[in-house]
Amino acid sequence: MQAKHVERPPVPAAPRAESGPVQPEDDSSPEALTPEELAAQWEAEAPEPAGPVANLASSLVVLALGCAGMALSVGLGLGTPAAPSAGMWPFIVTLIAAVMAVVQLIVGRRGGQDGEKFSAMSWYTVIGFATLILMVVLMPLIGFEIPALLLCFVWMRWLGGERWRSAALYSVLVVVAFYAIFIAALGTTIPRLF
Amino acid sequence: MDFFGPVLDGFGTVLDPTNLLYCLLGVVIGMLIGVLPGLGPAATIAILLPLTYGVEPVTAIIMLAGIFYGAQYGGTITSVLLRLPGEASSVVTVFDGYVMAKQGRAGTALGIAAIGSFIGGTIAIVGLTFLAPLVASFALDFGPPEYTALALLGILLVATISGGSKIKAIIAAALGLFLATVGRDGFTGAERFTFGNLSLADGIDFVPIAMGLFGVGEILYNLEERHRAVSAPLKVANVWPRRQDLKQASGAIGRGSVLGFFLGILPGGGATISSLASYALEKKTAKDPTRFGKGAIEGVAGPETANNAAATSSFIPLLTLGIPANATMAIIFGALLIQGVTPGPQLISNDPELFWGVVNSMYIGNILLLIMSIPLIGVFVRILRIRAAILAPITALITLLGAYTIRNSMFDVMLVVMFGAVGYLMKKFGFEPGPLVLAFVLGSLLESNLRRSLLVLEGDPSGFLSRPISATLLVVFVFVAVWPMIKSAIDQRKNRLVAVQAVKEKENA
Repeated sequence: MQAKHVERPPVPAAPRAESGPVQPEDDSSPEALTPEELAAQWEAEAPEPAGPVANLASSLVVLALGCAGMALSVGLGLGTPAAPSAGMWPFIVTLIAAVMAVVQLIVGRRGGQDGEKFSAMSWYTVIGFATLILMVVLMPLIGFEIPALLLCFVWMRWLGGERWRSAALYSVLVVVAFYAIFIAALGTTIPRLF
Repeated sequence: MDFFGPVLDGFGTVLDPTNLLYCLLGVVIGMLIGVLPGLGPAATIAILLPLTYGVEPVTAIIMLAGIFYGAQYGGTITSVLLRLPGEASSVVTVFDGYVMAKQGRAGTALGIAAIGSFIGGTIAIVGLTFLAPLVASFALDFGPPEYTALALLGILLVATISGGSKIKAIIAAALGLFLATVGRDGFTGAERFTFGNLSLADGIDFVPIAMGLFGVGEILYNLEERHRAVSAPLKVANVWPRRQDLKQASGAIGRGSVLGFFLGILPGGGATISSLASYALEKKTAKDPTRFGKGAIEGVAGPETANNAAATSSFIPLLTLGIPANATMAIIFGALLIQGVTPGPQLISNDPELFWGVVNSMYIGNILLLIMSIPLIGVFVRILRIRAAILAPITALITLLGAYTIRNSMFDVMLVVMFGAVGYLMKKFGFEPGPLVLAFVLGSLLESNLRRSLLVLEGDPSGFLSRPISATLLVVFVFVAVWPMIKSAIDQRKNRLVAVQAVKEKENA
């Protein structure tokens, strides 16, 4: 029944304090002890920052959105400061976004410390997102039971690394429990098959 | 007795058995979801928002208070047992709490955290009871220019105080303000950015945004991050702290309550700052500071008391000015709006029963938290033992089906999923979702007040500076905008000093 998801990233063993506080027990995983060591260990475990390409891409997306927003706002009419029209406020807001995007483009050109690089594990998120979309599309057509069952199974078996048998068993249990709570007990109108 | 009459009436409302039951339900469910690794209070409250629909306003708010306290405590539990802080304000709890758990004193740590949270929260509510009417009466004179300046300041503070890139936080806030303009314009009736979509004509609802960005966004993020997980939670025994522990922690709890209350009133991350400040204070005032980081009970009691006191006192700007001080408060603000309650200076005088109902429900939430957390700790430990692989689809289903039940609308569910993707991508690219949600909540208030001010001032922006309060607020606004640059200069100097100190400490040891 053990999940196989424990792909520990190589954590550099935290340097132990010389004063050696109480800490026997398991030596399999290095445990940081002082706040400073713990902070250092978190830093080491933290994913890499997103980097310059991501900064360029995200700044350009914001810039494009900002410009599009400004164009649409102008289309709505700006009015004058004394009698602002519908487009004035969105224009100001999107202008701020666009200007800030240009600033970020320059300030963050070497990447900076924020964000996180995509990793191979990011595909898990893509698959997870796809199942959520599938569920939203299928729910009105065939009710929530089968899509929910599929979602649970995919998330448990492939995204979570459960075994076939336990994934199937728990998926069925979860869907039955949701049916009992949302349909039988609360009487909501969630689209359903049965 | 003018003052205490409504306060006491509020207790009558809260002590109604139905309300008590909902509060209890809120605390338990809030803790159950809050204890799931990776879901902090903001995410927990967002996911549970649909629960408060279809309930009477006062009852719904009382339930929210329960969820709020439960979710906060859920983060503490994961800090102590898993070394995974649920949110920034319980990061310092990890330092001593996890070590205590390793020493077999997990129960003591959790127990003292619950007791400290209770005391800190209660003291803060008492403070709030006396301070809120004062602030509200002061703010009654605020006109559109003051509100414009206040909302601008509130958004800027939350954007700049959050960790990470300030520029990106401001971009996120601008995005939130823009999203708030979608729909029919209240002044001219023009349709803005709806692209002919009927579902967008009334604007984007707050709940799908909050549930998507905080709830689904976190769930998607955790799918990717789960491989970093986590050893099994540590065992918990003897939850009641011994008398000796209580005695040792009492000073920390007292100091933490006062510190947390005052820091919490300030907008922008009050709970986080106060927990850090309390930890530093305890370490400084302790007779033997070397015990810290090795399982000192004050290191858990102080910060946990302070962050709960701060979380409570950050209700003051929300309830009296209508300005949420952080992302969690922004979600509470949205939830109150849904219930037809507009937090602001008029709330106390116009609807005292509701106002004091809200305040007093915090007492009850706090007491129930204390009563429930101790016997239920065993249950939570068992939840932490369930593999994340099984919990993840359950939280996803709760969020999706919950989003549907709000208005029986698949469009809302689609929005939740879409904003979930946006939230995930924002996180990956270093944009905080907090400022976006806060700005979205304040967006229409800011726009309508700005436009009203411009009408009143006949389009002359210098009019903002001729009114003392709005002028002061704008000066503070400018100061806050420039402050990060000053602060980074100071930090660099401080870092050098700390480095020198660390070297000295090592030599001494």
